[in-house]
Amino acid sequence: MAAPADPASVPTQAADEPLDIEIVEERMQRALQKKSSRARMSGIVYPIATLVALIILWEIAVDLLKIPNWLVPAPSQVAIMISQKMPLLATNGWVTTKAIVLGFLLSVFVGIPLALAIYASPVFARSVYPLLVSSQAVPKTAIAPLFVIWLGFGILPKILIAFLIAFFAIVINTVVGLSSIEPEKIHLARSMGMSPSMTFFKIRLPQALPAIFGGLKVAITLAVVGTVVGEFVGSDSGLGYLLLIANGNLDTPLLFAGFVGLTVIGGVLFLLIELAERLAIPWHTSHRTTMTQESL
Amino acid sequence: MNDIYVEAANTSKIYPTREGPVRALHNLSLTARRAEFIAILGPSGCGKSTFLMIAAGLQPKSSGSVTVNGREVTAPLTDVGIVFQSDVLLEWRTALQNVMIQAEARGLDLAVYEKKARELLASVGLGDFVNRLPHQLSGGMRQRVAICRALVHDPPLLLMDEPFGALDALTRDQMALDLQRLWNERRKTVVFITHSVQEAVFLSDRVVVMTPRPGRVDRVMEIALPRPRTLAMRETPEFAESTRQILDLFLARGVLKER
Repeated sequence: MAAPADPASVPTQAADEPLDIEIVEERMQRALQKKSSRARMSGIVYPIATLVALIILWEIAVDLLKIPNWLVPAPSQVAIMISQKMPLLATNGWVTTKAIVLGFLLSVFVGIPLALAIYASPVFARSVYPLLVSSQAVPKTAIAPLFVIWLGFGILPKILIAFLIAFFAIVINTVVGLSSIEPEKIHLARSMGMSPSMTFFKIRLPQALPAIFGGLKVAITLAVVGTVVGEFVGSDSGLGYLLLIANGNLDTPLLFAGFVGLTVIGGVLFLLIELAERLAIPWHTSHRTTMTQESL
Repeated sequence: MNDIYVEAANTSKIYPTREGPVRALHNLSLTARRAEFIAILGPSGCGKSTFLMIAAGLQPKSSGSVTVNGREVTAPLTDVGIVFQSDVLLEWRTALQNVMIQAEARGLDLAVYEKKARELLASVGLGDFVNRLPHQLSGGMRQRVAICRALVHDPPLLLMDEPFGALDALTRDQMALDLQRLWNERRKTVVFITHSVQEAVFLSDRVVVMTPRPGRVDRVMEIALPRPRTLAMRETPEFAESTRQILDLFLARGVLKER
């Protein structure tokens, strides 16, 4: 048996004849593999089981307490709605996804160069950075109607609002990532005769990547929020628009179906960023997973 | 072979602060001959690391002069290997790649230097670990990689700033033995900063004992113990005599107080 031996049986065994150390090694290794694969499985199974349990509880509660459909629909009702309105959800979902992705990409292509400029030029940093930080006090959702006036009901205002909400997280994380480096690493680079650009690409940028990816993950979730806000304020398509219509008609099951759609979109996009992170900085992500596994 | 490689003459370093100037170094004068191993020993805050930074050209001095190989240090030295107290490994590079960054930075022939890097890593017992990432290595192993990185380009000067300060006692002993062997094979000029009396005496040809802040040279002691030195030599009367003299100095200066 690979299971750890009963403590009581150990002395007798030792007195008898000590086990070959290779056999013990093999046992321990196998036990570890079993344990870590079990930990991996439970990392997936437990949250799913909890979710399923919650949904079942919800279904039962709606049924027992006779909660009307327009107030809180049962999960089964939502599921029926999703399957019935699949084409509608898919077309609008696609519109929303496009706006989210474009808003996010705009945040990346503006945020990262902005962060590089802030990092590279002290004058630029001193003149722009304080303004940028204080501009975050402006409630960006409040500006949304203005964009509709300027840009109409198409995809543009949505992209801009998503961008406006999301890009700051990328800027701040990139700046922090680029500037937080041990002075010894810079000393080392200089003593090796590295040029500033080589120091940047070989040391500073890779060092900043975990922080940058942290910013990207925050930004993608914020881009979802921004896009939905844009669709609430003024739009003629998209899941946010669908939510507004469903709300007006008191079609609560459709409202819930829209939530599910947005959650799926947000979740998938987040996972895509995580996947990119794993591919880009395996040294960091693998370290992180072993650490969390140990701490659990 | 008695020519001077590193020389400090009346070197001072002042840090201006809001509370007034802080004297980190006050007219420090010392020399290290070519291929000599010197240790700079002193209490925390005596400016010994500051001196190393100045000698490496990574910090400006406030007055006096520091020359390396006859030339005044005004810009970062590049003909040097530096080992810091922290290993300063790049987390995304394997042990081998961390050593190889030295060759990459200098535009050296990568194939030639990869062979050297592998040999060097193998010589400090890391032959099986060349492809490990830093977080998969122990503290002692990481610092070994850092030492290999400082040596792979065969610099004439090795500057070490409390390189074993973060390691446990046994690992420190082993590292000291390994360093002695590497030095014996390569005969670099080594300036080794430490606050360990034993380590300083064990490794060095001469120990430069510093006063508490503002740092200046208190005494320079020749360590005449034969090489290669063994751990057992630490129990000999000659070794004990050297450490006792240093401890007496520290007691006299109030660095250590017995009551």
